[in-house]
Amino acid sequence: MIDFRNVNKYYGRYHALVDVTETVARGEVVVVCGPSGSGKSTLIRTINRLEEIDSGRIEVDGQDVHRSGIDINRFRSGIGFVFQQFNLFPHRTVLDNCTLAPVHLRGLSGAEARDQALQMLNRVGMADKANAFPAQLSGGQQQRVAIARALVMHPPIMLFDEPTSALDPEMVGEVLLVIRDLAHRGMTLVCVTHEMGFARDVADRVLFMDRGRILERGTTREFFDHPQHERTRRFLADIRSPFGRTDPPSGG
Amino acid sequence: MAQFDFSVVTTGEFRQWLVQGFLLSLRLTALTWILSLPLATAVALARLSSVRPLRWLSTGFVEGIRNIPLLVHFLFWYFAFPELLPESARNWLYDHDAETVCAVIALTLYTSCYMAEDIRSGIRAVPVVQLEAARTLGFGFLSSMRRVVLPQALRIVVPPLLSQTLDLWKNTSIATVIGTGELMYQAQRVETASFRGVETFGVTTLAYLSVSLAITAAAVLFQRGFPARPT
Amino acid sequence: MIELLRTYGVYFLIGQFPHGPLGGLALTVLLGAAALVLAFPLGVLLALMRLSASAALRWPVTALVYVVRGTPLLMVIFWAYFFLPSLTGQKTGQFATMLAALVLFDGAYLAEVVRAGIQGLARGQTEAARSLGLSYATTLQRVVLPQVFRNMLPSLVNQFVTTLKDTSLGYIIGLQELSFVASQVNSQVVVHPVAIYGILALLYFALCFGLSRFAYALERRAARVDPEFRAANA
Repeated sequence: MIDFRNVNKYYGRYHALVDVTETVARGEVVVVCGPSGSGKSTLIRTINRLEEIDSGRIEVDGQDVHRSGIDINRFRSGIGFVFQQFNLFPHRTVLDNCTLAPVHLRGLSGAEARDQALQMLNRVGMADKANAFPAQLSGGQQQRVAIARALVMHPPIMLFDEPTSALDPEMVGEVLLVIRDLAHRGMTLVCVTHEMGFARDVADRVLFMDRGRILERGTTREFFDHPQHERTRRFLADIRSPFGRTDPPSGG
Repeated sequence: MAQFDFSVVTTGEFRQWLVQGFLLSLRLTALTWILSLPLATAVALARLSSVRPLRWLSTGFVEGIRNIPLLVHFLFWYFAFPELLPESARNWLYDHDAETVCAVIALTLYTSCYMAEDIRSGIRAVPVVQLEAARTLGFGFLSSMRRVVLPQALRIVVPPLLSQTLDLWKNTSIATVIGTGELMYQAQRVETASFRGVETFGVTTLAYLSVSLAITAAAVLFQRGFPARPT
Repeated sequence: MIELLRTYGVYFLIGQFPHGPLGGLALTVLLGAAALVLAFPLGVLLALMRLSASAALRWPVTALVYVVRGTPLLMVIFWAYFFLPSLTGQKTGQFATMLAALVLFDGAYLAEVVRAGIQGLARGQTEAARSLGLSYATTLQRVVLPQVFRNMLPSLVNQFVTTLKDTSLGYIIGLQELSFVASQVNSQVVVHPVAIYGILALLYFALCFGLSRFAYALERRAARVDPEFRAANA
């Protein structure tokens, strides 16, 4: 469903994405991990064109994302994106945050949009805060609203850019549970995260990035039990899981 | 469309008047600046002082001056203030170019209170921990101020001070209401005598702009050379 | 001073009205308010043009803003005074002249404030809106500008104070605003300039100081509630 073919990106002289080729199949849950500066955020941001690429091709559902002349707004409304910093609109209530897109892009009436929004807010457990303002919510609550806001557009694909990295530890779980629920519903998810326990539990495949390249790729079991690269093993050894399980460094 | 003849204002007596006005505007600016800066620094420090009466006085000074238009300051110092002086002082004043003296007083007080606020913000913007760090290393208070705090404050203070200088330059034009012979006054004089509105005001505008752009350029260069560090 | 206030108090406050046009403090406030109300949309328009992708829109506006901000307000007033009549084809009153000058001057200043506000708004806000699929225009209208205006509110009130002070320059073209009225009283009374100009100063002080305290209160209230506001006004 998402196809990377020899994608390269530069920031000035810095080679941020180095010849990336990868495919995410429909319904797959893929976790992207790696040290900071490895390019994982950049990678996910090129999918909905928040970042441009310098060469190569990215296709989503057969469409070339970086083609000039593409209706980028229409394309983006079909992909859900969740930010590390939530980025809720502070001047609008939780409900209004969620109805903005359906009303303006799908032509829904105010009432229809509100219904759909409340449905999604219910799913993430935030329906009772529909009339609150973002400033009144905790980080975990805001992120759940951000997920609902993306879900209201019924996108087939959801992208998560370190969704829990800005949260206090006790709120990480509530957000990961929501994402896990989406995975179990069969959505195509790509999630950049450090939460290895979550990856182990929910992902189908894991990609490990280092300095702009996908260094290791494999099913979750392969990745955690038999990491092939020394770099991957070092990374896994340095990470601890907040789910309470400390993964022992594996491999030789 | 009438023919524009710029030579009328760029030669002869009219040119003389405009040049004199321009020079006086520059002198007013320079003099005010030199007088305002120390006054503003003193007021800023008073505003930050732990001595209550000093704080109240300086705050009163700043608020009192800021909330009154500059035009009213000029009117007061020229038309009202001399009445408060003893006769001999008043006569001295009128014999010694009262228009310029009163203009400088008005401009200095007005500009210094805005500068004081900028200086105060600058000093406050340097985190207290900087002073503490310097003291822990063993430097005395004044030494710490000199080596650590003030250099950082300076970087923060220069851009707004340049902005105040720009405002000062433009504010000198208001001195015309009390008859000070600066550029705006001369421009009106030339226009009345020559009936050449476009030429006179065109040249005058360019004269003001030239200095304004020089000040702005200085500000831009400073920002490039010494970008304020994010705290 | 009390005598003066009793005799001329009303004149200070509303000028010759109803036996003539409105003047004094009332005219000052009216002129200031009208100028700001008209300058605001002009400022927003200029800011958007400054940020436009098209250089043909950007450069003339940037030049205009730099020129207007580098010129004394008095100069702009004279330009308006001498050339509005030929532009509009009819004799332009002092009020209209001052209004035109102030709208242009304030508009150029507000353009910079709005521009800084738009560019200063956290990038995540635009990214979130665009990621949902909203167009540039809708993002501007529904997400960016509402926040920018909210953050600008104390600035706007402070700008109002500045504009009120600027109205005093109407004195020079004979507009019956507060300063002109005071000087007329002074030429009648002659012997009490200190009292008269003292009253003038007090009136401006009361007006401007009151408004700036209001702006300060607004700022405090908004900063307490909204982290975006705090970030924008840090």
